[in-house]
Amino acid sequence: MNIFETIGSIVTASVFASTLRLATPYLFAAIGETFAQRSGLLNLGVDGIMLMGAFTGFYAVYATGSLLLGVLTALVVGGLMGLAIAFISVTLRAKQGISGIGLYLFGLGLSELLFQRLIGTPKSIERFPDIYIPVLSDIEFLGIGQIFFRQNLLVYIAFASVPIAAYVLRRTSYGLKIRAVGQNPAAADAMDVNVARIRYSTQIFGGMMAGLAGASLSVALLGVFQQNLTGGLGFIAVALVYFGRWRPVGVMIGALLFSFVNALQLQVGALGFDVPPEFSTMAPYVITIIALAFAGRQTEKPTALTVPFQRGE
Amino acid sequence: MSISPATWARTALNRLLDASPLVIALLLAFMVASTLLLALNVSPLEGFASMFEGAFGNENSTAETFVKATPMLFVAIGICIAFRGGMTNVGGEGQMIMGAVAGTAVALAAGEPLGWLGIPLAIIAGFIAGALYGGLAGWLKAWFNVNEILSTIMLNAIAVQFMNFMLNGPMLDPTEAGVNQIPKTARILETIQLPRLSLPLPPGVADLFSLQNAELFARTRLHWGLVIAVLLAVVAYFLLWRTTVGYRIRAVGENERASRYAGISVRGHMVLSMMLAGGFAGLAGIIQVLGLQYRLQTDGSATGFTGNAGFNGIVVALFGGLNPLGAIPASAFFGGLLVGAQKMQRDLGVPAALITSINGLIVIFAVSSEYFRVWLTRRRRLAEAEAQQKAASASTAGVPS
Amino acid sequence: MLHMNKKGMGLGLAALGLLGVLPAVSAQDDVFRVAAVAPSAAADLAFSQSMFDALTLLDEELGDAFEFTFQEGTFIVDDAAVAMRDWASSGEYDLVIGHGSQYGAVVEELAAEFPEVSFAWGTDNNTFGLPNVFAYTAAAEEGGFINGALAALLSEAGNIGVVGPIEVGDAKLYVDGFVSGALSVNPDATVGVNYIQSFSDVPLATEAAEAFVANGADVLTGSAQMVVGPIAVATDNEVLWFGTQSSQAELSAESGVTFQVYRWDVVLRDIIASLEEGVLGGESYVLTLENGGLEIEISEFSGLDETTLAEVEATVATLTEGIIAGDILLLPDMVEATPEAGS
Repeated sequence: MNIFETIGSIVTASVFASTLRLATPYLFAAIGETFAQRSGLLNLGVDGIMLMGAFTGFYAVYATGSLLLGVLTALVVGGLMGLAIAFISVTLRAKQGISGIGLYLFGLGLSELLFQRLIGTPKSIERFPDIYIPVLSDIEFLGIGQIFFRQNLLVYIAFASVPIAAYVLRRTSYGLKIRAVGQNPAAADAMDVNVARIRYSTQIFGGMMAGLAGASLSVALLGVFQQNLTGGLGFIAVALVYFGRWRPVGVMIGALLFSFVNALQLQVGALGFDVPPEFSTMAPYVITIIALAFAGRQTEKPTALTVPFQRGE
Repeated sequence: MSISPATWARTALNRLLDASPLVIALLLAFMVASTLLLALNVSPLEGFASMFEGAFGNENSTAETFVKATPMLFVAIGICIAFRGGMTNVGGEGQMIMGAVAGTAVALAAGEPLGWLGIPLAIIAGFIAGALYGGLAGWLKAWFNVNEILSTIMLNAIAVQFMNFMLNGPMLDPTEAGVNQIPKTARILETIQLPRLSLPLPPGVADLFSLQNAELFARTRLHWGLVIAVLLAVVAYFLLWRTTVGYRIRAVGENERASRYAGISVRGHMVLSMMLAGGFAGLAGIIQVLGLQYRLQTDGSATGFTGNAGFNGIVVALFGGLNPLGAIPASAFFGGLLVGAQKMQRDLGVPAALITSINGLIVIFAVSSEYFRVWLTRRRRLAEAEAQQKAASASTAGVPS
Repeated sequence: MLHMNKKGMGLGLAALGLLGVLPAVSAQDDVFRVAAVAPSAAADLAFSQSMFDALTLLDEELGDAFEFTFQEGTFIVDDAAVAMRDWASSGEYDLVIGHGSQYGAVVEELAAEFPEVSFAWGTDNNTFGLPNVFAYTAAAEEGGFINGALAALLSEAGNIGVVGPIEVGDAKLYVDGFVSGALSVNPDATVGVNYIQSFSDVPLATEAAEAFVANGADVLTGSAQMVVGPIAVATDNEVLWFGTQSSQAELSAESGVTFQVYRWDVVLRDIIASLEEGVLGGESYVLTLENGGLEIEISEFSGLDETTLAEVEATVATLTEGIIAGDILLLPDMVEATPEAGS
C-alpha cells in the first residue's frame, strides 16, 4: 500500500460527513457568541447554556415526542439564560469572563440535577432523521452526496446560518449597530444607538443559539442525554470565535478544522493504527492553539469587548 | 494626628458595608438553594444542617474540609496574582496536572538515597512544571496575542491526555504492567510523603469536647500541605503589595498602556504573573500527591485527578476578594461547602450536583455584587465630599479674612 | 425498599455531631448494613448500576435484615475517600464498598486505620494483605469471548467495531476477550478497537461508533457508561449491539443481542456469610460464568428471527460450557500482555 492509498483509506467521505456533524453544535454556539462578542460581550458560560438546552430539549422530546417542541424549548431556555447573563453583564456591569464561569457551573449542576430527578437513567429518543436531498444526495463524485446531502435538519440549518449571520453583520443596519456598539459604544450612543438594547439583543440571541447547539447534540446528533454531555464543547466554541476573527465564515472554517481533526483521529482509531490514543485525542486542542497563535494580530477584535458601557464615562 | 474612636468606628462600619454585598450574594444563593431543596422535597433546614455536619460537625469532617480546601487555596493564590496582573487564568486544572506529573516523577526518582530531601525537590519540580505550563499561556498571550482564557482551556485538555499517556506508559506502576494496567504510578516512599498534621491539646481539653484522641486531628487525613498553603498565601500577599515586582504586576493588570509609558515590561510581567499562577497551581498538584494520595492516579474523568480544584480555585480567589489572605477563609468555606454537599447526598439523597449549580450562582452573585459595592463607595465619597465642603465653608465663614 | 434517603435522621445527627458526642454505634444488631460508593450514576446501565442492582436485589430478598446506602456519581477519588471514612468511623456499617478500581489506595489506607471495619473493593484482586479487605473482580473476558464469537457469527460483513473507554481493568479484559472470540469464529474478520480515552464522553463515543459503521461495521460493542451513544448509533443504523456490565436490553431495543451482566450479589452473599462467621476479609473473588457471577442475558427485545435466536441461545450454551470446562483459550496473547489492542 503506498502512501496515497493509505491516506485515501483514512480520509474517506465518511470522515468529512462526520466532520460536518461534529461541527454543527460548535457552529450554532459560536455564531451566537460571535454576535455577542461583536457587540462587546464575552460570555464564557456558553457550555452551561448548551447543557441546559441539551437537557431541556431532550426532556421535551422525551415527554412529548415532538422534535419541534424540543428545539423550541431549548431556544426558550437558552434565550432566558442569555437574558440573565445580559442583565449581569450589561445592567450590573459585572466582570464578564468570571460571570460566565459562574453561569457554566450553574448550567452544569442544574442540568445534571434535573436529569437525575426527571429521567435518571439513559433513555433514547427518536432523533432527527437524516434528510436525503433528492438528486444531490446521489452524487457519487468524491462522496459529495454522502458528505453534504444526507445529514439531519439541524446540520443544514447550522450551515445555512453562516451566510445569513455574515449578511446580517455586514449588510444590515442592525449589524452596523452591533459592530458600532462593540467598537465604540460612546460614539454609538452619541448617534442615538441604544447600547444596552443592542447588547441585550445579541446576548439573548447568543443564548438561544447556545441552547440550540445543546439541542443539536442531544436531540439531533446523539439522541441521548447524560450528565455533562457537552464535556466542555462550549469553551471550544468560544475559542472558535477568536479563531474566526469574529466573522461567521472564519468561525465556520475553524469549526470545520477542529471537527476534521477530531473525525480523523476517530477514523485512525477505527482503523486500528498504532498511535498512542492520548496523542490523537489531544491533537485537536494542540492544533487549535497553534492556529490561534497564527491567527495573528487580531486587529478585528471588537475594541470594547468585555468593557461595560456606562453613559457619561 | 491620632485616630479618634469615631473615625475608627466609621472605618470599621464602612469595611462591613463593603463586605455586605458579598454576604447578600451568599444569602441570595442560599435562598435559591433552599428553593431547589424544597422542589426536591427536602427541608432546607435539614439540608443545610446535614451540610454543616458534613463540613464541620466533628473532628474528622472538619479535617476533610481543610483537606479539600488545601489545593483550592494553592490554586487561588495563583489566581489572585494572575487576575491582579490582568490575566484570566482558567488553566489551574492543567497546571495542577503538570505540577503533579513532574513532582511525582522527581519523588519517584529521588527514592531512598536522598531521604526526606525528596520532598522539597518534588515540590520545587511541581512548582517549576506548573510555572512553565502557565508561562506558556502567558507567552502565547504576550507575543502572539492568543487569549489566555482560551489557550488555558485547551492546555487543560492537553494536560489530561499527557498525564494519561505518562501513567499508561513511562510512569506506570511496574506492578500494574501486564496485570490490570490501571494507570497509576508506584507509591512514593514513606520518607517522601508529607506528614499528617495533628495538634497537641492541653490536658483535659480532649475530655471536655469528648474527642477520641489527645491530639486534635489525629486519625484524620489533614496534612502539612495546609500549613504550606497558608504560609505561601502570606508570602504572596507581601509579594503583591510590598514588593516592586508585585507593584509592577498589578500596574500591568490595572493599566497596560500607563505601565508601558512608565517603562514597565508589559509582556515580561504578563508571562511572570502567569508563571507564578501556574507555579502555585503546580504546587496544588504535587502537594495532593505528597500529602494525600501518595501516588499519581487518574480517576478516569475529564479532569484527570484534580477533583476540579483548578476550577474551584477561581471561585475561592474571587470570593477572597482576589487577595491571597482573603483566599484563606474563602477556601475553608468552599471546602466545607463541597464536603458538606457530599454528606447531604449521603444522608438525604440530594445530588451533589445541586452544590455545583449553587457554586455557580455564588460566583454570579459575587461578581454582580461588585456593582452595589461601587455604588455604596460612590455614595459614601459623595457624602464625605459634601461634608468636607460644608466643613470648609463653615471654617472659611468662621475665620475673618 | 431503598435506604438512600434517611430523612429525619439528619437533624438529630447534626445536633449530636455538633456536640461531638456521636457515639460509635456498633453494628451488633441483626440488620446487615452496607455502604457503597460508585463513580457514576446508579442507573448508568453499566458499571455502577451493576453494583446498585446487586444491592437492591439483596435488599428485596433479605428485607428488614439488610439495609444499604449508595453514594453515586463520585468520580472524584477524594470525595469517595471522605464518604468511606465517614462510614467507617461511624461504626454503623458492617461493610464499606469502594466500587471502582480507582478507590484502591483509599481502601488500603482506611482498612489499615479501621481494622474493625470490613471493606470490599473492585475491580481488582489485591487485598493488600489486610485481614479486613475483600477484593472482587470480573472475568470479563469470558462474556467478552462469547459476545465476540456471536458478533462474528452474526456479522454479515465480517466487520465489527469496539468502542472502549481507557485501556484498563475489566474494560480491557472484555475487549480483549471480545476480539479473541470474534477471531476464533472468523479469523478474517475486521475487528476495530477504539479507546476514546474517556468513560463519559458521549459525543466522542457516538462519533467513534459512527466511524465504525461508516467503515462497514454491522456489529458494535463497547464498555463503560458512555456506550449510551454507540447504542443509539446501533439502533439508528439497525446494526447489532452487544453489551457488558449491565443489561442494556431496553435501551438498545431491537439492536441488542446479548449482554454480559455482572452479578455482584454472588460475591456479596459470600462476603456476608464470611462476615457472619467473623471473617472480615482477606479473600479475593472473581465473577465467572462458572460461579454464576457472570450471566449472559439474551435480549428480550432483540429483532432477530426465531431461528437465529435459537442459534444464539445454543452458541451461548456451548461456549459457556466450554469456558467453564476450561476447553477454550480465552486470551491467546495474554502471555505477552501487549498494551496495544488494535486490530
